[in-house]
Amino acid sequence: MEKTELIEIPGEWNIHYNYAAGEITSKFLATLRNERKILATQCDKCGLVMLPPRSYCERCFVPVSNFVEVGNEGTLTCFSVIYEPFPGLPKPPYVIGYVKLDGADTSMVNFVDGVDLSDLSSALKKLKVGAGVKVIYKEERVGRVTDFSYRLIS
Amino acid sequence: MLRNVTIIGVGQSDFKYYRPNSTLAELAQESALLAVEDAKISLKDIEAVVVAVAPTALFGIDAVERWFVGALGGRNKPFLRINTGGATGGSAFQAGYFHVASGLFDLVMVVGAEKIGESPDTQFVLNQIWEPAWERDFALNAINMCAFQAVRHMHRYQTTMEDFARVSVRCHANALLNPHAHIRKAVTLEEVLSSRVICWPITLLGACPRSSGGCAVILASERKAKELSTRPAWVTGVQECTNTVFMGDKMEMSFNDHADFDDLAIATKKAYTMAGIDHPLKQIDVAEIYGPFSNMEIAAVEALGFCPKGQGAQMEKDGAFQRDGELPVNPSGGVLCTNPISVTALVRVAEAALQVMQKAEARQVKNVKRAVATGMGGSLQIHTCTILSDEPR
Repeated sequence: MEKTELIEIPGEWNIHYNYAAGEITSKFLATLRNERKILATQCDKCGLVMLPPRSYCERCFVPVSNFVEVGNEGTLTCFSVIYEPFPGLPKPPYVIGYVKLDGADTSMVNFVDGVDLSDLSSALKKLKVGAGVKVIYKEERVGRVTDFSYRLIS
Repeated sequence: MLRNVTIIGVGQSDFKYYRPNSTLAELAQESALLAVEDAKISLKDIEAVVVAVAPTALFGIDAVERWFVGALGGRNKPFLRINTGGATGGSAFQAGYFHVASGLFDLVMVVGAEKIGESPDTQFVLNQIWEPAWERDFALNAINMCAFQAVRHMHRYQTTMEDFARVSVRCHANALLNPHAHIRKAVTLEEVLSSRVICWPITLLGACPRSSGGCAVILASERKAKELSTRPAWVTGVQECTNTVFMGDKMEMSFNDHADFDDLAIATKKAYTMAGIDHPLKQIDVAEIYGPFSNMEIAAVEALGFCPKGQGAQMEKDGAFQRDGELPVNPSGGVLCTNPISVTALVRVAEAALQVMQKAEARQVKNVKRAVATGMGGSLQIHTCTILSDEPR
C-alpha cells in the first residue's frame, strides 16, 4: 500500500504592536529616563509599597495613586542562571533576578549584570538569595525598564 | 443543590513529539472517539462539549477551537472553550463538572489536544505571556519562572538539586508502565544531576518534554452512570484558586511565597472539605500531580497536605511516593514524561479516574478508593484540585 505523503504548509506571524503603558507605568518609565529614579506606588489603606507600581492595590481593592521613590540598593530575593538558548531570546549565559529595593515591599525583576559565570559553582557562592544588590542606570536611557539593571554589591 | 457527577470513560493518545499525520482537530477527535468507546456511548449521545485549548500561538491558529465543533460531534450542541494556561485541562474538567452538577446536562464531554512541533519557537511564544512593560525584556519563559520557584524553595527549606532529581527518577521509572507516556526511558540520579543546566537549578532531565496528543473525559450524571457503568469514578471535590500575575509580589513573603503553592493549598483544603477528607495521607490512595519540572512536585505534595512545608523532599527520599509507597505520586509518569500543554491537567484527571475505575492496567495502584489530580497554569498562579472517589460524596 502506498504511504501517504504528509505535506507541511509554512506560515509566520510577524505582528507589530504599540502597547499603551498606562499613566502609572508611563510615569515610572519617564522618571526613570529623565531623573534616574525608581518610583513605586503606595496603598493608602494597607501601606504596601508596590514595585512595579500599579494603579490598584490587589489586597485592599482600592485605587492607588501615591508615588514613593525607592532606594538604589536592595536584596536579591530570587534568581536563575539561564544557559539554554531559546530562539528569539538573549544569548546565554545570563542572570535574571528579583530584587527587593530599599523601601519597597515587593520585588522587581531585571538582569543581574557582571556575574562571572565561567564557573557556576563559584558564581553560586556570591549569587544567592539575600545577596546585596545595587541599581545601575544606563548612560543612554529611552524610557524602558531595561534603562537600569542590577549588580551584586561584592 | 449540586447533583452527583461521575466519570464513565476516558481516552488519550499515545503521546509523542510530533503528529504530522493529524490536524489539531483530528487529534482531539481521536481521544473523543476513544473516550466514548470506553464509556460505551457514541458522540451523538454527548449533550455538551467543553474544549480544553491553551494559548493558540503555539500552533499559530487563533480561535482554533472553532475547528473542533464538527470533529467532536458538536454541531447543534452547546460548546465552550476554556483556557487557563497550563491549568486548562483542570479548569475545563471543572467546567464540565458544573454542567452536570447543575442538573442541566446528563452526558458531557471534556476534550482537548495539543500540537507541538509545528513551530520551533515554543519558548518565544511562551515569552509572549509576559507583560511588555515589566517582564518581557527579561526573557521570562515557562522554564525560568519554575526555576525561580526552585530557588525560593531551596532557600526556604534547604531543598537540594538531588532532592529534585529523585522526583525525576521516580517519574521516568513509572512511565515505563504507561503505554501513553511520551518519554519512556529510565534515568538514574547521576544522569539527572549531570544533565545539561537549562535555567539553574533546572536540568534537562528535570524538565518536561513537549508532547502532541489529545485527551477526553466523559462526565455523566448519577442516573446515566447507573445505566452505563459498573464502576464509575465519582467527582467528590472540585476547586480552583488563583493569584497575582506578578511573581515579585511573592518573594520573601510569609504567605503566598513563590516557594510554595499556597493557592493549591487553598483550593485543596476546600476540595477536601467537599469530599469529606480530613486526613489526606491516609485517605488519598494515589495522586496525579501537575509538575512539569521536578521541583514543583515537592511543593505540590506539601500543598496537598501530605506533609508540612519543607518536608516533601524527605518524604520523597523515604520512598513514600513510589508505586509501592504510602501514597504513590504520578504512577503515569506525570508531566515530566508527558506534557501536551492544553490537556496535561486533563490527563491528570483521566489518569486519576483510571486508577479509581481500576482500569489503569500495568500502572494500576492497589486498593485505590480516592485519588487527587492537580493542574497549574500562568506564572504558577492558577491551581486546580480535583478529588475522585469510588463512591459518591
